[in-house]
Amino acid sequence: MLELYQPGNSPLHRLAPGWKILSLAVAGSLLFAVDTLMFSGAVVLVTLTLYRLAELPLSRAWAQLRPALWVFALILLAQVLFNDWWLGVLAITRFAALLMLAGLLTLTTRASEMIDGLETAFVPLRRLGLQTERVSLAISLTLRFIPVLVDVVQEVREAQRARGLERNFFALAIPALVRTLRMSEDVSDAIEAREF
Amino acid sequence: MTTKDTVYIALFAALTAALGLIPQITLAAGVPITAQSMGVMLAGALLGAKRGGLAIVLFLALVAIGLPLLAGGRGGAGVFFGASGGFLLGFPLGAFVIGYLFDRHRTRPPFALALVYVAGGGIGVVYLLGVPWLAQVANLATQQALLGSLAFVPGDLIKVVLTVLIAREVRKALPDL
Repeated sequence: MLELYQPGNSPLHRLAPGWKILSLAVAGSLLFAVDTLMFSGAVVLVTLTLYRLAELPLSRAWAQLRPALWVFALILLAQVLFNDWWLGVLAITRFAALLMLAGLLTLTTRASEMIDGLETAFVPLRRLGLQTERVSLAISLTLRFIPVLVDVVQEVREAQRARGLERNFFALAIPALVRTLRMSEDVSDAIEAREF
Repeated sequence: MTTKDTVYIALFAALTAALGLIPQITLAAGVPITAQSMGVMLAGALLGAKRGGLAIVLFLALVAIGLPLLAGGRGGAGVFFGASGGFLLGFPLGAFVIGYLFDRHRTRPPFALALVYVAGGGIGVVYLLGVPWLAQVANLATQQALLGSLAFVPGDLIKVVLTVLIAREVRKALPDL
């Protein structure tokens, strides 16, 4: 499965996912509570140090920011026009710190570990009636369905090409959806037959 | 919640992810539109409030744990802190509201009403969370953030119409979804 995880054996890689998620939540809240450039800037520096600690090149940290560059530009433009450029710099620094920190969590934690972490977190919810094994089933089914959906659209496209309809959006979308929904019924019968 | 419901929830979570794979179209003035939010609208319109909302919660949970399923191959916890974080949190609520409105009809709602439902949940509810969030993250006044977001409304309206047309035909083919 495609994922953003970067293999490694640093202390950050080995830290339990729950602690990393908790730290991210705390850092995120603090960044909004302590509304100063000094604090946001310090968090950026600490974050960059953590990237090095995780044996990740700083270009990885930059890669977290790149998709957001146009948003940074918009924020700065809007602040210069409506308020004060200083507020724009503060917003961008805070935003950059959050993006890099969250990226660090994603880069150092396997998706499977996160799923295990999620399932552990769900256990107390059992008392409230949440069926945790249903959640695990839904997660693995979703990951399996994504490539299946892509295949079904290809099949329908081939079939419609014979009718000259391969460029017709509805002639692709409707049969593909109906076909996968019918397939879901079979999948669910199969799961029940195995007494899930 | 039966096994069939679980499978449908997974299917629409996957559908929303797969719609993110469709390359984005750039409208006039450089506004990008992606097909992804159609997954939200379709989940609500076809699965109803509970299953539709849960399908999108599942999709976002997979994004949060680091799978690059958002349009443009983005993923990870960071996207929820970003400028569009509020819009993402609005997605499951939007699907729920669309589903709730559709669930009030024993059969399919009339065409015009279905348009109102999907626009209300898929645009109204989503922007209700997304715009104040954007204002907060970017240090903007809410009106300024709203003005900036309006550029995306034409693309969203196209998706509303497509969703209603597709949902009608799918419900005709599978009346007891």
